[in-house]
Formats: sequence, C-alpha cells, structure tokens
Amino acid sequence: MIPQDLKYTKEHEWVRVEDGEAVVGITEYAQSELGDITFVELPEKGKRIEQSENMATVESVKAASEVYSPVSGEVIEVNEALTDAPGEMNRSSYDKGWICRLRVDDAGGIESLMDAAAYENYLKELKQ
Amino acid sequence: MNYIPNAEGDVKEMLGAIGIGTGDMEELFRIIPPALRPLSFNLPPGSSEFDVEKYLRGLGRKNLTELVYFIGGGFYDHYIPAALDAIVSRSEFYTAYTPYQPEASQGTLQAIYEYQSCICRLTGMEAANASLYDGGTALYEAAMMAIRITGRNKIIMDGGVNPIYRKMMYSYTSNLSIDFSEIPVSHGQSDRGMIDEYLDDSTAAVILQNPNFFGAIDDHSDISEKCHKAGALVIESVYPVSLGLLKTPGEMDADIAVGEGQSLGMPLSFGGPYLGFMAARKKFVRKMPGRIAGATTDGKGRVGYVLTLQTREQHIRREKATSNICSNQALCALRALVYMSLIGKQGFVELARICRDKAEYAGQKLGKIKGVEVKRSAPTFNEFTLKLPGSADKVIGKLLDKGIVAGFPLGRYYADMEDYLLVAVTEKRTEREITMFADALEEALWS
Amino acid sequence: MELIFRRSGPGKEGVRLPARDCPPAGAIDPRYTRTEAAELPGLSEPEVVRHFTRLSRMNFGVDSHFYPLGSCTMKYNPKFLEKIANLECFASLHPLQPQLVKGATLTQGALEVINGLERALCEISGMDEFTTHPMAGAHGELTGVMLIAAYHKSKGERRKYILIPDSGHGTNPASAAIAGYEVRSITTDENGVMDIAEFEKALDREAAGVMLTCPNTLGIFNPRIKEIADMAHEAGALMYYDGANLNAIMGKARPGDLGFDIVHLNIHKTFGTPHGGGGPGAGPVGVKEYLAPFLPVSRVIKGTDGAFALDYDRPFSIGYIAPFYGNFAVLLKAYVYILLLGGEGLRRVSEHAVLNANYLKSRLEHHYDIPYAENCMHEFVISAARQAERGVHAIDIAKALIDRGIHPPTVYFPLNVKEAIMIEPTETESRETLDRFIDVMIELAGLAEKDPAAFREFPKTAPVGRLDEVKAARDMDLCA
Repeated sequence: MIPQDLKYTKEHEWVRVEDGEAVVGITEYAQSELGDITFVELPEKGKRIEQSENMATVESVKAASEVYSPVSGEVIEVNEALTDAPGEMNRSSYDKGWICRLRVDDAGGIESLMDAAAYENYLKELKQ
Repeated sequence: MNYIPNAEGDVKEMLGAIGIGTGDMEELFRIIPPALRPLSFNLPPGSSEFDVEKYLRGLGRKNLTELVYFIGGGFYDHYIPAALDAIVSRSEFYTAYTPYQPEASQGTLQAIYEYQSCICRLTGMEAANASLYDGGTALYEAAMMAIRITGRNKIIMDGGVNPIYRKMMYSYTSNLSIDFSEIPVSHGQSDRGMIDEYLDDSTAAVILQNPNFFGAIDDHSDISEKCHKAGALVIESVYPVSLGLLKTPGEMDADIAVGEGQSLGMPLSFGGPYLGFMAARKKFVRKMPGRIAGATTDGKGRVGYVLTLQTREQHIRREKATSNICSNQALCALRALVYMSLIGKQGFVELARICRDKAEYAGQKLGKIKGVEVKRSAPTFNEFTLKLPGSADKVIGKLLDKGIVAGFPLGRYYADMEDYLLVAVTEKRTEREITMFADALEEALWS
Repeated sequence: MELIFRRSGPGKEGVRLPARDCPPAGAIDPRYTRTEAAELPGLSEPEVVRHFTRLSRMNFGVDSHFYPLGSCTMKYNPKFLEKIANLECFASLHPLQPQLVKGATLTQGALEVINGLERALCEISGMDEFTTHPMAGAHGELTGVMLIAAYHKSKGERRKYILIPDSGHGTNPASAAIAGYEVRSITTDENGVMDIAEFEKALDREAAGVMLTCPNTLGIFNPRIKEIADMAHEAGALMYYDGANLNAIMGKARPGDLGFDIVHLNIHKTFGTPHGGGGPGAGPVGVKEYLAPFLPVSRVIKGTDGAFALDYDRPFSIGYIAPFYGNFAVLLKAYVYILLLGGEGLRRVSEHAVLNANYLKSRLEHHYDIPYAENCMHEFVISAARQAERGVHAIDIAKALIDRGIHPPTVYFPLNVKEAIMIEPTETESRETLDRFIDVMIELAGLAEKDPAAFREFPKTAPVGRLDEVKAARDMDLCA
C-alpha cells in the first residue's frame, strides 16, 4: 500500500515534510525492483543537496542505483542503522528504511512532487 | 589440424542444417560486402610443432640467458619450486575463465580467497583484491582510489618510488587534473621535512616505497601519522619477499599497500606476466578496483566462495566503475598463493634472511674494492647502491662479457648518478658467484 | 573445502631453500622489522599438492567441459604453447636486460618474437603498427583512448565524448571514463546494430572517438560499418575497434580495412592462449601509421643491419603504460599459435567458429526466443523470456547446465536483451558436443514448461549449491 501522507518522485523516492524538515527514502516499488539491498552509501551530514541531485547510492548484488533528493536542503541526520542493516530498506521501505533527514529550504520544491494518488497512477502506467 | 574437430562430412551436414545447401563456408560470411573484404592477408602457411619449436629454440639461442643476475630494480631472480609449476599446470585451473558461475568455479574462487588472505597477512592489511596487472598499474590504481576516497586531487610521490612506476603514473593521469609533487630522497630515506612542506588539505595521498628503489629500508610510521592528521592517505609500495622480515605497511599504518608480486613464484619472462597486488583498510574496500572474492554459504549451509561487491566493477557500473579492469592476472595470483604455501610461514622468514645475509656479504666484498663505496646512509634489505670510481655502464659492459649482470645503472633514471650501480642479491646467488662478481669488478676497474 | 590455513600446523616444513653459504649478517634495527612472522600456510609439499589438486577438481575448464561462454572465446588451448613459453631461454630473461649497455644484443630472440608478433597482428587486423604492452583487453582499451586523447591534443583540440553503443562491453565506457572522457551511449536498432540516426545526432565536434565491437556482442556484423567510420572521420572523431570478437572474421574482414584507426586484440580469446581463471591475457593495440608516434614507449625497432633494438626516444608518445613489453610469455604463446596455424589456418578458425555458432542457433531457434536472429557470426544471443514467464530465468537455465556437465553461457549480457543467454561455441568443439548441448537445451526448455519448480534446486551435483550472494555482499568476509 502506498502511504497517503507522503510525496513521491518519478524516480521512486518518497519524502515526508513536517515543520521545515523532510525525511527521505525509496518506495516499496523501488526496493522490490532492486532486490535484496546490500549497501547504502549515505549522504554526509551537513551537506547541502539540491532537488534532483544525487544524494545516496543503493546497491544490490547486481545493480547500483542512485537516489535523487526530492527536495533541496541540508542533511541534518542520516540513518546510520542502514550501514549494518541495509536490508531494512527491503523490509520497511517507508519506515525503518528511511535514508536521511533534511532541513528544507523555503523553496524546497515540494509542490512539484506527486501525491499518493498520482504516484499510484504513475506506477500503473509503468506496469503497462 | 588446427584444433578443429569437425571433418568435411560434418561440415556439409551442419551447413545443410543451417540451410546452406552448396556446402560453401563462404556463405556464412555473405553479410560482409565485397568492398569490405581484406585488402591483404599474407601470412606464412602453418607449421608443425616440431618445426615451430626448432625455429623458436633458434630465437632463444639469440638471448643470452646463462647469466648470473645481480640485477633487480623491482624484479628479482628467485628460485621457483618444481611443485609450483606442476600445480598451476593443471588445466582445470589454467583453462578456466573468470569465475562468474561460482558453483562451477569453487577451485578458482577458494584459491582467490586464500590468496587475498595471504596478501593481507603478509602486508598486515585488512582486505585485498584478486589481483591487478602489475606493480605499476597497482600503484596508479591506488592513487586513483585515494583520490576517490578523499575527494582531493594532489599526490605527493617519494623519489624512491620505482622510476618506471612514476613514469607510468604520469602517463595514465596526463588527461586528468592531478597535481603531482615529487620529493627526492634525502640520505637514502624519505625526506620528512619536504613531505611535510608539501602536505596540505588538498593532498589525497603520499606514495612511498619500502625498500625504496635504492634498496634503503625505512619506517614510515611518522609520515603516516602526519598524513592522517592532514586527512591524506598513505600508499605503500612493497617488495613482498622483504616482508619476511620488514615492518609491514599495516604496522606503519598505511591505508593502501600495493606491490609487484613477481618475486612470489613468477619467472622473469622478459617482463611478464607478473602480478599487481593491492590491500587496504576494510572501510575502503568499496572504492577498491578489481575483483574480490568473498565467503558465503549455500542453501544447506555449506561454505562457498563468490565474486562479491561487483557493483564496483565495469560490467555493472560501466562508466562509473572504480576501474576498467576485467581480465586480471588470476593465474599469477594462484602462483603467488602456491609459492607462499610451498615456502611456508617459517620458510618465508628464512628466505628473507638468506637474501639479506647474502646481500650483506656481497656488500662487504664489493666495498673492499678500491674506489668502490657501498652507500650506507640507511640500512638495506637485499639490494644496495654502489658508487663506482667511473661509469656504471662501462663496468656493466665488461662484466656482461663474463656472464655477470652486475646490476642496474642508476644513471638511466637519475641525473648525476652515472657512476652508481644498483646491486641485488637473492637466495639463488652463491658465495662463489658473489666472489666471482667481486673479482670481476675489481679487474674491470683496475686492470 | 577446508581452507589451507586450517590444514597448517606448527613445525611443518615446506620446500628447502638454497643453502646459506655465507656468514649471517647482523640483525636489522628492530624499528624496521615486523613484530611477528606472517601467518602464511605451513604445510609439507605433499599436503600443498593435494590441497590444490583437490581445489582444481572443483573447477570447470575447457579441457574438461564444454564452455560456450559468450564474448569470451573459450577455445582449446594447445599444449605446445605452454611448452614453448616455459623454455628457459625465454622464461629466465630479465626485463631490464635490454636497457643495459649492449643489452639489446643479448635479447635479440625475445625482441624478434615481439617484432614478429607485431608484424603478424598488423597483417591480420589491417593496421600499420602494433604495441604489445597492454596486459589485457581493457588495458588495451585504456591505451587506445589515451591514443585518441593524444591525437586530438596534437591537433590543439580537447574533445569531450566517446560514443559507445549500449550493447558494448562494460569495459568500453569504463576505459573512456578513466581516461577523462564522458560517454555518450547509443541505442541498438531493430536489426541489432547501433542506431545510425541516433549515432549521427550524437556525433558532433566534441566527439573524440567511437568504440565499437564488430561483430558486436549480439554476434552481428554491421555491413554499414564503413559508412559509420566515414561519418566519424568526417566529424574528426577516431574509430576504435574492440577486438573481443575477432575470432569471427579472420581472413574475412580486417578492422583496418573497415575504417578503424585503433584496435585492440584479445590475445587470450582469439589466439589460443589460456584464460587462467581470469587472466593473464594480453591486449596488444594496433594503429594506423599516422597514430604511430603516439604509441607507448618503448618500441622495438629493426636496424638496417637486421638487429633489433628498443627505442625510448619518442617525443609524442603517451609514455609508459606497462613497465616493460607487456605480458611477454602470453605474447610468445600467441606468436606460436599464429606460426602453427598460418594464414589459412586462421581463416579456417573463423569459418568453423561461425559455422558452429550458426549450427547451434538454427537448432535452438524453435525452442528459445532469438531477438536478433539474422546475420550472426561466431556467437548469438538467445532470450529466456519465454521460459521466464514460467518462472525459469536465464540464471536457472545456467545452473541446470552445470548439473549436465556444461559450463553455462554468458547470462544477462548484453544488457539490451532481456534474460540474455549469450552462446559462443568456438571452432574447437565437435559436432557431437554441439549436438549434446542442443539436446540439453531442448530438454531444459521442455522442463521449463512441465516443471519449472525443478529448476530451483539446480545445481545439485556441484561441490556447493547456489550460493547466497546477498550474504557475501553484506558480510564482506574477504579474508581468513
């Protein structure tokens, strides 16, 4: 099920924005396409990232995929737990598998993202 | 002949099955238009094994090989045990490809894992790869790896690093914006003061070699400490046989260790195939080039080995790979593993001792010759620098006539060192040969 | 199998070392020595031999198994090659010897081998000059891209891109990138060759070169190759030939005549030298005359007196890409192979390689999808897409083959074919072997229909079952 309270990108990242902060991860669809995740290269704390900029790399045995930031902002926290347990992204992509927390700029670009319904339609199109 | 099993009858039938009724092989190539056919293909006709061998043995006789080698320069004349060749001649090893299908390649994969383990134990490092082409490309790959890890682009190279490797480094990076500094050695060893002066917050790595090209040994721990404070990495290029005795890159707190593995059971073979080895801190392993084997289990819990962390490599990451390397020197890595296994833990220490003892003995003998000075500003392992009273080339020429390769003339790569000779002694050199060398040198200089 | 370290015991002695017939030297200052001996294996010679003999039996090799690994040309490796490479008169030569005064005169035989091989490779590929230095195919590619850069630099240009079809080997883009170029990937058209319209669009004045395999990784020869070369040259870009598939066209076409400026040849694929479990190979690079000044140092030159020498004075050279002359022993084997076969023999190699591949293809096409079935040469790519619908993927078919004593073909490459299975039988396989492979592949296609679940258990007969690659990547147990 696609959580209703999140926003989504075409590259299958999700973002939850609350009080000027954003939590970012990859969607259930993305993790299932990747297969068992073996490694996550996390962004550096304190780094500024622009919207659509490469912020992390997620690796499975046979593929490496870039994760693009859904919003612009500064990285204030990363999910260190993924270093030892990258499988959390498979098991709990919308919760324990989050990648990082950003302090969002005013012009965070959130408006340009899809809501749950739009993302669901987008996935349907892809599957066709 | 030509190792083609299918006889004429088979060929006709096979062509028929494809739909070529004429029996003409040329039909298979009809997609190649006449205009694109070879303008020429003039090669001699084939020969028998017997005739080819005769021809090649004839060429072989034009190589003078019954020589007594006192030349090293990073490439050494060590003894190769007979069992080594017997083992690596097993065609299950040498006619296999890269172990992409692990269940059909456990022999190769376990051997790589054991090789990686031996390299780690020898260098005192945490993680090794499955091999690179040679010591020079390994050093270049290490520099690129340090640049990736640190995000910096300045490299400081010690002047005691093999000059051929330094040239290779410049060739490979000539289209990249990398800022190199070279620090000449001072009194035989790495010049701390000057390295310090060049070390800054844009330095990705300091590249050192132990023993250095002049044969001098060093302890680079203090340089590592300074580098790490500056956020730079230390790359140590080492001669593996010396690690029977000498302080390891790990003990010196180096971040990446590389080297030429030829001395671990590879014949000199006029330059190859040799073996580039690389080991590093485990936390850097994802930035490492080349293949890496890892242990895992199957569905029944049996231990097995696979190529792992392949997302670093070109067949997956393409232009974003850590390196373009695909074919490596796998069989040479197997040679090194078998060599280390045959010589063994105690034997390896003993081997290093014998090399050094013989070198020290040779140094004493040669140093007694009038006008000859053994450079002793730093201790040495099995290679040392001689200052001669005249041109090293002249001496080399005279000694070649007596079947002795006296050493390498340092003037070839270092300005103002025309009178210096780099002499190497391995366990294969006998007391008699050393005496013969000393006598011949004395005669060449003074009679 | 147990690791060699676990078989080791204290006090066991290996091979006896040469005598220490001189007095021992004083100890080295302890600040320069290691604190403990390296924990290398400690076994007797018979135990070492048994350990590795047992390991070797856990491998598939060309001598023991059919090995139709696409793009790798796993042909028989003549034993005679090994014999010659091991001759003392070549194996014991020190590589620095020719750099000594008079040195070149002492290595005439070895230099003549290099020169002879260079000449032969020129004739086979239609190039003017060769360097033997690159130590593998990818190393040849890097050398080639460096030559492209040097060429443009000499014209006062600095171009930005290398154009590579999406069916190309991963080494192509990787080599271009590490030499400082960006990569423009060109898609494949419905005939299985580079889309020429897209190529034309990507080909501007910033394109430094085009890297192509011909026949390509789908086994297809592009009859418009010369046209592509002309377009590239028109735009000032150089044509680079990835020689991985040369086994298809010896004596039938030459990269030099097709308009290529630079080629690398995979000695270990085409010229019968063994793959060694992943190497060593050799990747000599050939160029047209006008690029010769840029070739790496040193160059073997032949004097007017017929004597060979090494030339280091090459002001336009890209410099040193290897410490010496390449993987000499491998090069020597290739030279021997060429001498054994001769021109006619090499032509027959390609004819039979293409015959064997086409025979397999024609017999398999009713049982598997073949997305690009026309004009295949020495290899072809089938797709397990039909079987995948039943839950049987390319990897499952690969593992089933292991149980049937056949090394699997290359799977999941090239990337532009779904469930790709890339098959290259080579010329050294008999019709009986090919027929057996066909029978097995047909059996597996049937099994995929009837009992797809059966595939999950394969391989059953190997020393280990399917290994957990996820665990390997997560645990990173890389050394004992």
